[in-house]
Amino acid sequence: MSSDLTRMTATEIAALVAGGETSAVEVTRAHLDRIAAVDEQVHAFLHVDTDGALAAARSVDERRAAGEELGPLAGVPVAVKDVLATRGVPTTVGSKILEGWRPPYDATIVQRLRDAGTVMLGKTNMDEFAMGSSTEYSAYGPTHNPWDLSRIPGGSGGGSAAALAAYEAPLAIGSDTGGSIRQPGAVTGTVGAKPTYGGTSRYGLVAFSSSLDTPGPCARTVLDAALLHQVIAGHDPRDSTSIPQPVPDVVAAAKLGATGDLTGVRLGIVSEFVGEGAEPGVMAAFRESVDALTKMGAEVVEISCPTFSYALPAYYLIAPSECSSNLARFDGVRFGLRVGDDGNRSLEEVMSLTREAGFGPEVKRRIMLGTYALSSGYYDAYYGQAQKVRTLITRDFTAAFERVDALISPTTPFTAFPIGARTADPYQMYLADLFTIPTNLYGGPGISVPCGLSEGLPVGLQVMAPTMADDRMYRVAAALESAVGTFTPPAL
Amino acid sequence: MTTTLPAYDEVVARYEPVIGLETHVELGTNTKMWCGCPTDFGGEPNTRVCPVCLGLPGSLPVANKAAIEAIIRIGLALNCSIAQWCRFARKNYFYPDMPKNFQISQYDEPICVDGYLDVEVGGETVRIEIERVHLEEDTGKTLHVGGATGRIHGATESLVDYNRAGIPLVEIVTKPVVGTGALAPEVAKAYVTELRDVIRTLGVSDVRMEEGSLRCDVNTSLNLPGQEWGTRTETKNVNSLRSVERAVRSEMLRQASVLDAGGRITQETRHFHEDTGDTTPGRSKETATDYRYFPEPDLVPVAPDPAWVAELKAALPELPRVHRRRLQQQWGLSDLDMQSVLNAGAVELIEATVAAGTTPAAARKWWLGELSRRANESGVELADIGATPAQVAELQGLVDAGKLNDKMARTVLEGVVDGEGSPTEIMTSRGLEVVSDTGALTAAVDEAIAANPGIADKIRSGKVAAVGALVGAVMKTTRGQADAKTLRELILERLGVQG
Repeated sequence: MSSDLTRMTATEIAALVAGGETSAVEVTRAHLDRIAAVDEQVHAFLHVDTDGALAAARSVDERRAAGEELGPLAGVPVAVKDVLATRGVPTTVGSKILEGWRPPYDATIVQRLRDAGTVMLGKTNMDEFAMGSSTEYSAYGPTHNPWDLSRIPGGSGGGSAAALAAYEAPLAIGSDTGGSIRQPGAVTGTVGAKPTYGGTSRYGLVAFSSSLDTPGPCARTVLDAALLHQVIAGHDPRDSTSIPQPVPDVVAAAKLGATGDLTGVRLGIVSEFVGEGAEPGVMAAFRESVDALTKMGAEVVEISCPTFSYALPAYYLIAPSECSSNLARFDGVRFGLRVGDDGNRSLEEVMSLTREAGFGPEVKRRIMLGTYALSSGYYDAYYGQAQKVRTLITRDFTAAFERVDALISPTTPFTAFPIGARTADPYQMYLADLFTIPTNLYGGPGISVPCGLSEGLPVGLQVMAPTMADDRMYRVAAALESAVGTFTPPAL
Repeated sequence: MTTTLPAYDEVVARYEPVIGLETHVELGTNTKMWCGCPTDFGGEPNTRVCPVCLGLPGSLPVANKAAIEAIIRIGLALNCSIAQWCRFARKNYFYPDMPKNFQISQYDEPICVDGYLDVEVGGETVRIEIERVHLEEDTGKTLHVGGATGRIHGATESLVDYNRAGIPLVEIVTKPVVGTGALAPEVAKAYVTELRDVIRTLGVSDVRMEEGSLRCDVNTSLNLPGQEWGTRTETKNVNSLRSVERAVRSEMLRQASVLDAGGRITQETRHFHEDTGDTTPGRSKETATDYRYFPEPDLVPVAPDPAWVAELKAALPELPRVHRRRLQQQWGLSDLDMQSVLNAGAVELIEATVAAGTTPAAARKWWLGELSRRANESGVELADIGATPAQVAELQGLVDAGKLNDKMARTVLEGVVDGEGSPTEIMTSRGLEVVSDTGALTAAVDEAIAANPGIADKIRSGKVAAVGALVGAVMKTTRGQADAKTLRELILERLGVQG
């Protein structure tokens, strides 16, 4: 029974719990057992909250027994990326600088997960401060891709994606600043959705780049992702950038898409992303998916978005600039690591030693980049210019959405690469997010859905929609899923 | 300092001062700028804090609407234009009393710009131009323990209290004020005073310099007539209105002595010392910090609806200058008299005393006379003398009712200032009531007539002026507790003489 529960979708688990055919505790135990069995190989989790998970599961069972009406995901386990503050549960952001920190508060999303009766299993591994595309920059060691343990699971949210692919959790939360939900989804054969910026609350999400960070759902099916999306999304008065509008009905859209009918839906292939940038195997899977979408009635055209070519350089000015300021608070004064406080050193020395010891190389690289880009005399040439590019990219998106309902592209130019293959050259690593970054700069939603395999490794297709039209991407993704099916990795 | 300072008259004869003022006002909102923590003064360290004002990872700011409203009202009262769209910016620097190691402030898009405030100095109106008024958050407070000076040097421990962190702070920056010559120190004081009164009238802050809810940095430079402005210094730690004036004067004298000796002024921050009245150097500003300002991405732009701004403007209270002009008319004062009321800082005190039922003339007499004298003697502001308008009104009421004469009233007032209680209580406790029991008074008068037959005869024979001597005699026996007018009438009556 145990292994069966871990192979189920969230939708199936919720139905069993609601029907009293299994209990939330039983479901939780099955997943905790699975984690105990495989996570030594996968290393998806930084912290497993066994007691907290079982307590939450018991509470759901008690409430159900008392006849309380429970939400659509009650009793379903969820793995949470370690970027979200969880009250009393260690939150490290994959960094040594926050080792041992237990936040005194819950992120809004975590609170909503609790309110919905989901069961938080623990916190998943990530590139330090969400900076990376492989989870190799975690201060606590890399996560391994369940499809091939010698390969990366993507990043920064590799832990969440790997936990899904390894059947350690049916649902997970990620955060997407430049592709950190979608790219891990693509390379692990799972679904990852970046909602509209402002559609999900950032309160309690440890900031990397405030104007880009977007928490979102990860799952093994589009419908599960939509259900999770519905639970976590919606206006939050604690986040000024949160949009005070109703959440688009993504669940209905996913169900509509699953009928396999895309009649009247206009899709645009981004010309700039189907050229030489992507691996042949990725392009092959993508082309086959386009055929499938066409067969379901979608009208597919190619659309040129010339400014998308400038997205990567603009991103690598904006995100580091914001991060250089956001990460200033990690100084050893109030929380987390403190180094060199021996009574003989000045405050400045202690701050400096703490940051030297607490931050890893990629974080330091980006802090330095951002500090430079914001410096007096360089601001206009770098940060200012990048903001102008951002405006142009938004214009390209707006113009494209006058012609089509959604844009599509491969999620990432290449499939999961071997651990260590791209750490020597930061630029090679940055290329992993080439196709996902424009959406973050624009602020619209994007989803990665498995679309095929290339040499035995998963390939993802990305659907990008206008801001606050998240439902559109779920419809297209669910339709594609109905045509190509889901992908199961080899047994661990 | 071994240099002998030049005389002030000589300094202003040789140099022209340029001053500029940066004033910080802590708003009296119920909650902090970005979170719901209370803002009240005092409280155990680190008890008015939450994840937001502690800058914990993941926390986010949400702008306090009451603070936005308050700063717009300040801007309107200072005749500023209100931006239709502006943003907050991050000012990045590391300091332990700054929870996030950046301060959310405003940079190139302040919410209020280009205003002015008219102040009166020596009967002249001086227009102080306001460059900008912007909103930011206050920092926490650092306490250095174990050193001799309370400064970080030599301290063994540093403690940080974040109760103040995140309290909304308004910064008001003037344009350089030129052409005020010898009056520069007075103009500086008059500006801060007027600003304080305007903000108090708006009811958006208690603007108390001693509690730090009003803080002032004074920029001063000197130049030779017709030449470029000199290098300026910024004087901090100016904690009272009197200090504003003293700080400018002291810095003018110091700079003049440096320039006279052929030296050059260093651009730096200086600290004013209340006890000595002079300034000492703080950190040098010549290696300017790069604050790496950029728009705060965690907040949305502020775009006040013009209709709302118009409503706020229409609802502004009568501002102090207009108010004063109206009072001057109501009180029937000459410009000169009004000026002395202003100089004494007595406008509001007299106004409140009048509101409590006293005539303007009597109210002015007490506040500008006895009470101002006492305030000067003990070197405190008139408002802090210890007597309230209600007490002064009560005192005058006792005089009007004939229960106290002028001399006794002054004695009672002394008791009020010394905190002995209300005028009525003091009158009783000090046994200072006018003798109004006619029986006792008549006995005293008869006694005095009997003791001074010669004077009594003089009065009877028509020399009414001689009554003064008898009045004096009765006053002596009643220890002054008789009303002179009543007494005079009674003596004449007993002598059978028509007054």
